[in-house]
Amino acid sequence: MSDQQHSGPSGARTEADAGTGTASGTGDRIQAEGVTGSGDVQASGTSHDALVGDEGSGAPGAGAEGGRLVERAGHDGELTRTWNNPGLPSHVYRRSDVDQKAAQRREREVATFFGVSTLGTLLFIVAYFAIRPGGEDILEEVSLSTKLLGLGLGLALFCIGAGAIHWAKTLMPDDEIVQDRKPMRSSEEDRAAAVEAMKEGAAGAGLGRRKLIRNSLLGAMAPLGLLAIIPLRDLGPLPAASLTGTWWKAGRRVVTDPTGRPIKAAEIPIGTVIHVQPEGVENASHPINERAKSATLVIRLEPDEIQVQKQLDWSVDGIVAYSKICTHVGCPVGLYEQQTHHLLCPCHQSTYDVTRDCAVIFGPAARPLPQLPLDVDEEGYLVAREDFQEPVGPSYWERG
Amino acid sequence: MALEQIAGKTANEIDERFGSANFVKRSARKVFPDHWSFLLGEIALYSFIILLLTGTFLTLWFKPSQMEVIYDGSYVPLRGLPMSEAYASTLHISFDVRGGLIIRQIHHWAALIFVGAMVVHMCRVFFTGAFRKPRETNWLIGSILIMLSFIEGLAGYSLPDDLLSGTGLRITEGVLLSLPVVGTYLSFFLFGGEFPGEDIIPRLYIAHVLLIPGIFLALITVHVMLVWYQKHTQYPFPGRTEKNAVGYPFFPVYTAKAGGFFFITFGVTTLLSAFASINPVWLFGPYNPGEISAGSQPDWYMGFLEGSLRLFPNWETSLWGYTVSWNVLGPALIIPGLLFTPMILYPFIERWVTGDNAEHHVLDRPRNVPTRTGLGVMALVTWLMLLAAGANDLIAVAFHMSINTITWGFRVLIFIVPPLAYVVTKRICLGLQRRDRDLVLHGRETGRIVRLPNGEMIEVHEPIPDARKWELTQHLVRQPAEIGPLTDANGVPRRRILAAKVRAKVSKFYFEDRVEPPTPADVHELESSGQH
Amino acid sequence: MTRPRPGGPAVLLGALSRRRRHRLAPTLLLLLALAAMGGAYTAFAPTPQAEASNGLPSGSVDAGRELFLKNCSSCHGLNAEGGSDGPSLVGVGAASVDFQVSTGRMPAAQLGAQVEEKRSQFTAQQIADLAAYVASLGPGPAIPDESELDLSDADPARGGEIYRTNCSMCHNYAGSGGALTEGKYAPSLRGVNPRHIYEAMLTGPQSMPVFGDHTMTPEDKRDIIAFLKTTEDEPSPGGATLGKLGPVTEGGVGWLVGIGGLIGCAVWLGAKAR
Repeated sequence: MSDQQHSGPSGARTEADAGTGTASGTGDRIQAEGVTGSGDVQASGTSHDALVGDEGSGAPGAGAEGGRLVERAGHDGELTRTWNNPGLPSHVYRRSDVDQKAAQRREREVATFFGVSTLGTLLFIVAYFAIRPGGEDILEEVSLSTKLLGLGLGLALFCIGAGAIHWAKTLMPDDEIVQDRKPMRSSEEDRAAAVEAMKEGAAGAGLGRRKLIRNSLLGAMAPLGLLAIIPLRDLGPLPAASLTGTWWKAGRRVVTDPTGRPIKAAEIPIGTVIHVQPEGVENASHPINERAKSATLVIRLEPDEIQVQKQLDWSVDGIVAYSKICTHVGCPVGLYEQQTHHLLCPCHQSTYDVTRDCAVIFGPAARPLPQLPLDVDEEGYLVAREDFQEPVGPSYWERG
Repeated sequence: MALEQIAGKTANEIDERFGSANFVKRSARKVFPDHWSFLLGEIALYSFIILLLTGTFLTLWFKPSQMEVIYDGSYVPLRGLPMSEAYASTLHISFDVRGGLIIRQIHHWAALIFVGAMVVHMCRVFFTGAFRKPRETNWLIGSILIMLSFIEGLAGYSLPDDLLSGTGLRITEGVLLSLPVVGTYLSFFLFGGEFPGEDIIPRLYIAHVLLIPGIFLALITVHVMLVWYQKHTQYPFPGRTEKNAVGYPFFPVYTAKAGGFFFITFGVTTLLSAFASINPVWLFGPYNPGEISAGSQPDWYMGFLEGSLRLFPNWETSLWGYTVSWNVLGPALIIPGLLFTPMILYPFIERWVTGDNAEHHVLDRPRNVPTRTGLGVMALVTWLMLLAAGANDLIAVAFHMSINTITWGFRVLIFIVPPLAYVVTKRICLGLQRRDRDLVLHGRETGRIVRLPNGEMIEVHEPIPDARKWELTQHLVRQPAEIGPLTDANGVPRRRILAAKVRAKVSKFYFEDRVEPPTPADVHELESSGQH
Repeated sequence: MTRPRPGGPAVLLGALSRRRRHRLAPTLLLLLALAAMGGAYTAFAPTPQAEASNGLPSGSVDAGRELFLKNCSSCHGLNAEGGSDGPSLVGVGAASVDFQVSTGRMPAAQLGAQVEEKRSQFTAQQIADLAAYVASLGPGPAIPDESELDLSDADPARGGEIYRTNCSMCHNYAGSGGALTEGKYAPSLRGVNPRHIYEAMLTGPQSMPVFGDHTMTPEDKRDIIAFLKTTEDEPSPGGATLGKLGPVTEGGVGWLVGIGGLIGCAVWLGAKAR
């Protein structure tokens, strides 16, 4: 924001045009007063070089040199006026431009920045070799090392930058320079020459005439893209039955996760949730993949709290088991609210009501959690009666 | 002087081989418009370089392998636990490699700043109209860069294979599964089979250190070269026109400032990394598909997807044995599509509305393009609300609120607040334009009250300088496009009337509300009639 | 000495006013005010109640009954059989009472989404008496003894694994706490007395499930507590932890300090030198 009165010595600049180059028919150049120009030049059909004083048209503008007002012709030829671009404000000198001592002080300031930077580098080097984290206090030592290395490196870098910028701002010439901006569009001669060159080349190739070459070329190039895609087939096996089965099988014992202990039904208190896996899952060929599907929750309710018959049928004394894999996008569900009997998934807050066969009562999950049918073996340990009766985890297209 | 002699000899050797004098002659004094808001893109550029440097350091120790090892390293609370080599090597870098943790932290903070700077830079470009011809291509490149950076960040923070990022990968798998027809195939191909498999970390690694950085390097180079070649835009300050570029010469001023700013960026990022912990993977524990933590969020730039997943209703349909999970497809495809498609196409949309085919090198003041500004704010507010919704559980705990209430609140407000933001922003812009108009017509309020002989009290207004009058009125005010005549000169009905009608409607939406800047004639009239 | 201010008429300043108008004055004033506020708060904020010691006095059933009738029976019934406002306490065991009353959750002040922790209004002796009384009503979980809380042989790494499978979904990976439904929450575990952690696992207070000794053995519980205490006390090697809440707070700081700081530097870079 300049508070200088413009008076011309900065030179008359061309007035503030809103666009350079010829607008090929559809530019809106609306003047401020009394013009009802429309945006759609198809209708009016007027050419658009009505800007007097526009360099492109070559006509010198009335009042383009000096003076406060500039007259321009608008769409309908009505005269309108606006203020002239005042040009660059006159230069404001810095202290260091006029005062030798101030300039020297600035030099010292820049040098100080660079000096601190050197100190920072030194700090980094010393800290790196002086602190070798290890042993009991390793976390303390890493903490100190990180801070000192970071401080050293940070100061080293920051102060070089600050010094350079301070130098540029206070000592380097700060005269604003004006350069021409040529329109991006090439000159007519260049354009014509380019077209000629391409035409000549195209004629040489003869694609237009030689349809056989053209068609067979297309036929060769188009399927070439397939060759980039086909070798990716072996990225993975096709999705198969693995989506529908888990490690749970009839009679397999339920064991705690991660401690691997089998669970006696009688020892499960009401209000508990136990995170479980099938026994022996660590012996699978890909244990972590299997555990990702077979993670299950065991919850004990009072039998009369269960409101769905099938849920009751698959339970043992109010002990129910549900898949831990959320049917939304697969996070482990985990959060059991003992008093409300709600299971909450912490990722996106899908909430399931355990008393109603884990029906979804809130959140983005669309399907209830699959239930694992339970039984007890002869020794009283909890076992699965069979595998889950539906795919666990998020939905997918072929799920049905 | 010796320095000059050396420089001269070097220049000679180079010129005799490469003919460099021509380039130097043109470029050394090339003018670069200067404004602090032009440095935002540089923050992103320099952050990218920081990421390359620190990332290379990390690759010297990181092992992109999911093979299981038993940890016997320095961090006691994890000793004896099974974990992947990727996780173990990350712990090794953090605790046993000197400088490892500071470099890891610089890398991650730089990533957050990288994406943040791109957002801020994109906003500046949008609100000042720098995307207009001839810079639409740069806008497209920038859009690709920012969207690619989300994926690059996701790949990067997933490499340590910790509980938090592993959860993110699980969610990624669930999202892939939801895609109709191809979902299960894509998921099995990406993970090499079932989740989690053993292929995902090495594949993400190569995407993160080679493929995507390669694309970045190419696109960033073109992006910057275009700015060099087309010359940077400039604000409508005195002396700037469409036909010039005003600023400081490349050498030495711009070199010192821009070069210095690289060191500033690196320095600030490093100082932040020295004192603020980020991504402490040893606290999360190694990834285990049966484990989950409360308050699991991705890095901030993925937050809008997380929020979408939390807010979207639980709709799922089943047709002829096939399931379409709208609850996941919405956040995965529909919402990003709605947000990013208009963003990518915006320069072309605006060009169609305005019919403006001219080159633009002078920027807009955001208040002078109120509809564009309003739309931009509306999009930003929507995106920010989705981001905030992704932290709904942390908000619930921090403010002792019910997470259910917060979720429902967001679901409703996401339809109310953005349009409101549009209206408020547009009104503010128009109000600011009116104030500019008042300043031109009536001058500046001085705060001096004068009592006239007839008893009237007035505040003295001082006319603003002509230069300022120009600044406030130099902009173009468009009027809504008209449909034009329905038939041509011979009475034949015009073709593609529908497109013209739609365009007229949209143009009306854009330009119906406007403030005409005053002219010198208006001021003269006001003065001569004795009013203030 | 006086220089015309840009955009306005020249203002002549008196000697004192001139010194007052230093460019940095508003910034320094703001910093001073912030520091004063912080200091005043620290000086006047109440200090948290010190934790009860591990060695507990033995309780008297009769004294406990008296205390119970005076403080608890209005909600829990005259014989602790339960009422409209409080569940039956028969069989909840001494562990429940010790936990609920020592942490101040009971007696409940307001029945909101959940009962909050606050300063306990009873002495250690009184709590022991109450516990003894409730324990006498029916068999239930007992207060853990010294051996169950002895962490010297505990395995924090194993405890961490068990914690991350059973506890972190509510209490967060670092024990920072987390949200439950309808305004309930799992509290932070940092700074909590090991005895209380044990008792909470054993008795399942409010929304928390019960972790019985058969499926989560005393060794498991001890290892979990060892994990929590080890990680709670350990220094953060990377610097300020930002609440151990994950990427949300990190993103906030990245924007505020990172982007904000850099924009500040950019503004400095673009400003004209004097």
